[in-house]
Order: sequence, then structure tokens, then C-alpha cells
Amino acid sequence: MRRLCSALLLGLLAGLGSAAAEAPVPRVIKITAKKFEYSPSEVHIKRGEHVVLELTSLDRKHGFKLPELGIRADVPPGGTARVEVTAEKAGRFPFACDVFCGDGHDDMAGTLVVDP
Amino acid sequence: MQFDRRELMKLLGLGGVVLGSGLPGFSLAASKGQPAQDFMFLQLSDSHWGFSGPPNPQADRTLKEAVAAVNASKEKPDFIVFTGDLTHTTDDDALRRKRMAEFKAIVADLRVPKIYYLPGEHDASLDKGQAYQENFGVLHQSFVHKGVHFIALDNVSDPTGAVGDTQIDWLKSELGKLDKDAPIVVLAHRPLFDLYPQWDWATADSAKVLSVLEPYRHLTVFYGHIHQENHRTTGAIAHHSAKSLIFPLPAPGSLPKKAPVPWDPEHPGRGLGFREVEVKDRGRTLALEEYDVRGGRV
Repeated sequence: MRRLCSALLLGLLAGLGSAAAEAPVPRVIKITAKKFEYSPSEVHIKRGEHVVLELTSLDRKHGFKLPELGIRADVPPGGTARVEVTAEKAGRFPFACDVFCGDGHDDMAGTLVVDP
Repeated sequence: MQFDRRELMKLLGLGGVVLGSGLPGFSLAASKGQPAQDFMFLQLSDSHWGFSGPPNPQADRTLKEAVAAVNASKEKPDFIVFTGDLTHTTDDDALRRKRMAEFKAIVADLRVPKIYYLPGEHDASLDKGQAYQENFGVLHQSFVHKGVHFIALDNVSDPTGAVGDTQIDWLKSELGKLDKDAPIVVLAHRPLFDLYPQWDWATADSAKVLSVLEPYRHLTVFYGHIHQENHRTTGAIAHHSAKSLIFPLPAPGSLPKKAPVPWDPEHPGRGLGFREVEVKDRGRTLALEEYDVRGGRV
């Protein structure tokens, strides 16, 4: 009986391990932020795709706000912010810096394009 | 030669809009201690002194034209409120102070009893309001005028565009002194609600701020920032943005990218202007009239 339980447990763990191993690793998309632009400023992902946006500031503190997907993050100077995105709906979703960074702040924007 | 203000505006072909009872439930009943009386004030906003560029080739004149237009009026406001972005931002601290000094020198010509200033992000975000306070005083304040309570909020000196918990506590304390039916005008630079956050037309902690304002039944907000007239309500609160004195911006979300509306040489100054707010009928109506600064020089 003990052997059966162990086998079941091992099987369960193996199953979990297998499931974990099969979980897709999210694609990492690197975006740099500096006065007054994101690069790239247009990012494409596929509908339903789970990605990580890795934002790095090259100069000062910036923000990253993508309101339609409820995402915002501080991007610290010399640091990196990681935000996970899964978009269920295709479309174009604007993002912008929401930490005032100087003359040109209003131009610091981009678009996440979710392809069907 | 002196013109009556209304005659002047008519002569100049300047448009106006009256939103009297459009302000939900706005009734300026006398509040404790001070009976409400009729009066008028002006809202000027977003002069961005120091800006230069194609969106306004007359940027060194527009503010002066507005000052001249106000002075030309026979009917004087009790006061003027400048709802932020008095100056255009710069990374150079010395230049920022120079622009503020120049702005002050220009508006010193205004023949009005009192001017209240609010900061905009261009004035105050990069140095957390240091130069602004040196030149214009406090970042937020309250005052009472003829029975109406005015509260000027700072949602810009924090570069994330938040009011912040400390100021919200102060706001609670100020409002806590008032009856829920007291007439209240809140002034701010950025919209106090999510007008269009995709263009950063929002206040980061607006939900907290609005929850403090919402219990007050006769509360109206005037703000700037978006360089155009906009009239919205959240619950019982009416929010009115003002035109700028530098360049207009497109309607929220109307274009893929936010950018100044191009200068039209055929109609110089189109889309710029200032606002009159008339508190009248013994405080039962708050009437807005919008004035263009074109031809304001008389």
C-alpha cells in the first residue's frame, strides 16, 4: 500500500514536473527608455501570447503606463523594470511615460500592437 | 478709450459659452459665517512662458495679449486664477527662474485685486516645486471668497502626477470643516479624473482624491493641462478644463499621437483663450464664458 502511494505521489510529482517543463517560457522583449523615447516604440505580440517587457532606463527615472491593460511601472535610472503582459484582445494599445521627465515628455510614447 | 467687456468681446467677435445650470446641483447657498454674494473671476491657464516653436510663432506675445484683454475690460474680476504651466519647462534651473521672473513681470500689469497661482508640471515637476515656491509661494492652498470655498490642489510637484497622501489628509481636514452643502470650487492643473491616461491626462491617485470630494454636493473643479475646453462630470462633480495661452491640443484620443494643433496663419491664435466664471443670481448659478485672445490688444 505504501509502495502504491509512493508511486502515485511520484507519478503526480512527475506530472507536475512535466507540466512545469512544458509551460512556455515567456518571450522577453527588451525596451530602453531615455529622454524622450522608448526603443522600440512599437512592440508586436500575438493575441494570447504571454510576454515579459523588460524596460531599462538609460538616463533618469521614467514611467511606463499602458492603461488599457492596467499596467504601470517605474523605470528607475540605470535600472530595469519587468512587466508581464498577456493580451487577450487584438489591437493597438498606446503606452506613455507618466513620470514627467522634461521638455519632450509628451513625446515619450509608444504602442503595443497585439496581432490577431 | 474704455470698452465694456461684453461690448469689447462682441466687437472682437469673440465667442462665449454659458454653462449656467449645466453645473449639477450647483447652488451657492450662504455658508457659515459669510453670506454668498455674486462675483466674477477669471481662469487663465497654460501660458508656457519661454516656449518657442512652430505651434505658436507668437509665443512671446500671447500672454501679453491676454493681459491686455483683461485690462481692457470695464468689468473687473474679483481675482484671477492661473491653473498651472505658467512657464515652459527646462532642465536649466537658472533659466527656469528667469522664465518665472519674466512671467511675473508680465502679469504684474494685470489690473486686478488678486491673483492666485497653481503650479503645472512644467513649473514644478523637475525640481519638486522649489523654484515655483520661491516665486509664487505655496504649492497648495485654500481660501474663502464671498462665501465660496476655494481649494487649490497640487498634482504636479510629484513628477508621477499624484496628489499624495499628505496633501489628501490636508484636503480631508479642509473639507471636514465644511457642511456637505457648502459651495466649493476646487482648482488643479491636471484633471482629477482619468480623462485620457493614455496621454497622461489624469492624476495618479485620482480615485483617492475623488472619494474625498464626492460627499460634497456643490463642488466644481476647474483645471488646465489639456489646452482645450472640456466639460465632464464624475458623480455630482463637474470638471471644466480651460483653453491654453500657448497652443491647443487635440481632443482626448482623437489622434494616434498627442501633438499641438498646428498654427493656422489664417487664424492666428485660434483655440487659445481664457475663461470667465460668473457666480451670480445670489450664488444660484455658475456661468462660464470662454474668451479668445485674438485681437485682445486694444
